[in-house]
Amino acid sequence: MARVLINIPRNIRAGEAFAIRTLIQHGMESGYRPDGAGGVLARDIITSFTASFEGEEVFAVELSPAVAANPFITFTLRLQGSGTLRLRWRGDDGFDQSEIRQITVT
Amino acid sequence: MRRVLLLALALQCLPAWAQERRSGFEDMARETQAMQRDDAANPAMLWVQEGEAIWSRPAGPQGRSCASCHGAAEATMAGVAARYPAWDEASAAPIDLPGRIAQCREQRQHAPALARESQGLLSLAAFIGLQSRGMPLAPPADGRLQSTRALGEALYRQRRGQLDLSCAQCHDDNAGQRLAGSTIPQAHPTAYPLYRLEWQALGSLQRRLRGCMTGVRAEPFDYGAAEFIAIEAWLAERAAGMAVDTPGVRP
Repeated sequence: MARVLINIPRNIRAGEAFAIRTLIQHGMESGYRPDGAGGVLARDIITSFTASFEGEEVFAVELSPAVAANPFITFTLRLQGSGTLRLRWRGDDGFDQSEIRQITVT
Repeated sequence: MRRVLLLALALQCLPAWAQERRSGFEDMARETQAMQRDDAANPAMLWVQEGEAIWSRPAGPQGRSCASCHGAAEATMAGVAARYPAWDEASAAPIDLPGRIAQCREQRQHAPALARESQGLLSLAAFIGLQSRGMPLAPPADGRLQSTRALGEALYRQRRGQLDLSCAQCHDDNAGQRLAGSTIPQAHPTAYPLYRLEWQALGSLQRRLRGCMTGVRAEPFDYGAAEFIAIEAWLAERAAGMAVDTPGVRP
């Protein structure tokens, strides 16, 4: 399991935009670097990030080898009611990690 | 008035680096500063999180964790990182913080050693360092460290490598000037271990020193070498009183 930092504001009002910030520990090996033996290090990156709220996709990103290590992804959201937010990172080598957070809207 | 004049005179006699000490933080771009200030955006906090987990994870045959002896790091580790390198009674030699962590792990927990620059050691050092954030660097007033600091200063002023440069020639004589696109910092070790954007990872002060030595085309000392501990001790003395800002972010 990769380490993850997720920042969600404490007080969220219905209909008001707020930012969710995420940071995940990942080396993002580009697939272009040489290894010590004259070969090339295999690509190992996060290829996609999706955020779904109550099962509905609200934000998605595709990542490429040019993205730096430990990708920091932030997006804004506007909600009418409370619910469950699921953040999912998927990548090479079967990398698949999900984090689930309850969001309370007042 | 006379007192002010005397003070001004005293300041003039101090070496350049002591007149106005700047943390590398102040020379960074505003965006990088914002990244360090915000714990939700500072990638080094990922390692801190890992360090916090290791702190209370049992290791070794007796199943003891760091927390079994030291308790809550917030209380017991406050100000500890600011005091290193310190004198180690057991080996009768100076020791730095990563060295102390590795020693504690081997000799007290009897757990497999943590190698220098390993993720585990960096994470623990970052977690322990964080407990001293905002506190002044306070090198111990231990007389036995005097010769170490003197050796450190001598190494700092010694020209080395194919470029025949000493640390002091850049970081004392030309600090604040530019080396290609980068501002030369005054080399105060206040934020280690830190996340360097160039490394895209957390690294120790010794990794930074090795980078500089390779840069002047000198052969770097090995990790944990007595010379490195000496340079660390001298740099800590030189930066005494400056605030710790571990875990930092640097370009």
